[in-house]
Amino acid sequence: MRRRALNRTDRRVNIALRVLCLGAGLLLFVALAAIVEQVIVGAGPAINRFGLGFLTRSSDWNPPAQGATTAESYGAPLYMYGTVVTSLLSLIFSTVLGVSIGLFLAIVAPRRVTLGGRWRVSPAGLIGPLVELLAAMPSVVLGLIGVLVILPFFHSTVDPVIHAVLGWIPIFAKTYTAGNSLFAASAVLTIMIVPIIAALSRDLFSAVPQELRDGAEALGATRWEMIRGVVLPVTRSGVTAACMLGLGRAVGEAIAVEQVVGGQNQGVIHASLFLGGNTLASMIAANDPATPVTKLEGASLYYLALILLVFVVVTILAARWIAGDFKAKFR
Amino acid sequence: MSVETYERFVLNGRRPTTPAEVERQVVFHADRVSVDYGANRALDNVSFDIYRNYATALIGPSGCGKSTFLRCLNRMNDSIDGFKLGGNLTYHGHDLYGAQANRVEVRRRIGMVFQKPNPFPKSIFANVAWAPRNLGMKADLDARVERALRSAALWDEVKDRLGSSALGLSGGQQQRLCIARAIAIEPDVLLLDEPASALDPIATASIEALIHDLKLRYTIVIVTHNMQQAIRVADRTAFFSLDQNRAGTLIEYDSTDKLFSRPADQRTHDYITGQFG
Ligand SMILES: Nc1ncnc2c1ncn2[C@@H]1O[C@H](COP(=O)(O)OP(=O)(O)O)[C@@H](O)[C@H]1O
Ligand SMILES: [Mg+2]
Repeated sequence: MRRRALNRTDRRVNIALRVLCLGAGLLLFVALAAIVEQVIVGAGPAINRFGLGFLTRSSDWNPPAQGATTAESYGAPLYMYGTVVTSLLSLIFSTVLGVSIGLFLAIVAPRRVTLGGRWRVSPAGLIGPLVELLAAMPSVVLGLIGVLVILPFFHSTVDPVIHAVLGWIPIFAKTYTAGNSLFAASAVLTIMIVPIIAALSRDLFSAVPQELRDGAEALGATRWEMIRGVVLPVTRSGVTAACMLGLGRAVGEAIAVEQVVGGQNQGVIHASLFLGGNTLASMIAANDPATPVTKLEGASLYYLALILLVFVVVTILAARWIAGDFKAKFR
Repeated sequence: MSVETYERFVLNGRRPTTPAEVERQVVFHADRVSVDYGANRALDNVSFDIYRNYATALIGPSGCGKSTFLRCLNRMNDSIDGFKLGGNLTYHGHDLYGAQANRVEVRRRIGMVFQKPNPFPKSIFANVAWAPRNLGMKADLDARVERALRSAALWDEVKDRLGSSALGLSGGQQQRLCIARAIAIEPDVLLLDEPASALDPIATASIEALIHDLKLRYTIVIVTHNMQQAIRVADRTAFFSLDQNRAGTLIEYDSTDKLFSRPADQRTHDYITGQFG
């Protein structure tokens, strides 16, 4: 067959497309570099002043009081702790919940349920879109729900019960907040991540070939044994990646967390999850780095942002590494 | 049934020669079995007996319900939306679809190999060990896996790479692995749904040779669209076709020799001589 010569328009479109792709790629690179550069430059004074000690030094966040002459002092551990604790807690909760919902929607849900004789509905068809809707919910709305619903509920019900039963364990120790706490932040983050993990893992589970599922069931496996022995192993890398995506979201979430986390800066890391705290992101959201009390405080906020950036990059690299590792094992 | 009908139907007119033949047991007894998928009747009025330690072939044009019938035997159709079975289907006298029947237990005794090889994306060893592990048969697992692979005529080809992925095997090897996987839990019956249709002639021949060995220990029911294959491997053959309502039904069931040399039904004759349709 003769190769058709490209006419002029084709050639132009071709070139335009190439330039567009190249430009987009370049833009991405430039944007990323600019962000990193801005954050590092912004953090400059704090880096000069505190060095790596910022990561370990006493956790106070003390901008000078008006007219006072005490030396200002800033440190990151409190916020790093808050980020790690809320992210990990919400990751654990939402992995369990999200994967369960995904399994339900993809495999376990009865295909049709008959209501009152005539109405036939498909549970997965009903719940699936709701999950997607929840996944697209703006985080500030979730934070508001957190303030209006979750905090009062925690304050009136969850906290007292947990303290009464498990109060003797330090992380559940008695507290005096209105419900704001690292735990409440973890709960809001969980609500935020669950639909992401649920929707992604549902798609992964649905994509497991029916032949593999049949193969397991034909060998005398129960539904659950089939899930544990075939569905979960073959989707493990994808589910892990979905969870890491959720984790990335949790690590960086600022607004919703700021609304419920408490935000006290007593400079002490409390053992109890039911006391107020702060995360890297919520601290930055609560204190606009553009209008800081002093230049050093602004720089220190940028320093927090730099640490946050490193956390996120580490999460993403870990996700890629885990996913790749499993892929290598299965092929 | 009377001795006379027993001799006529089960032994095809021959006198019983071995004790095994005298005691030829009925494994499956289908009595006016019908299957509906929603509003569609896929199978209608199927009645026949499948005997122990025979290879029984199900043949017929595509869409006549061979797979449907086979999958009824180990209740693999249960999860299909709208599936409904009518009539009576028993296994060693137990109602397969009765309230007492346990689907999982049924499948543990009645293994199945599918048209397309479907090994798990795990190592060769893990594939064969999967069901025994799952069912708690963990004693002497290595020996059990070796036995299953030997029975499936695969051991010599894979013994040096038990730890490598099953997906790296050829199609024929994968299908024999699936057979090994099924017999690792020592079932009573092995159901095969066109097990060689995706394989080349050499792999097909090795599967057929394997079926000859396996029927000494298991009862085998095999769906095939290949009449030569039915002649080569099956003791008895059931010919299915569509009835006037376009539902699949059993036309004729007899010894393979008889069915292919002197079919009783004109439709069978037309089908085996290639005058179908
Ligand atoms: N899962 C299913 N849902 C609905 N109809 C089905 C399903 N499987 C098979 N059928 C229908 O049942 C009939 C018999 O199919 P099948 O048993 O696969 O035939 P065969 O194996 O003889 O080719 C066909 O008309 C087919 O469309
Ligand atoms: Mg078929």
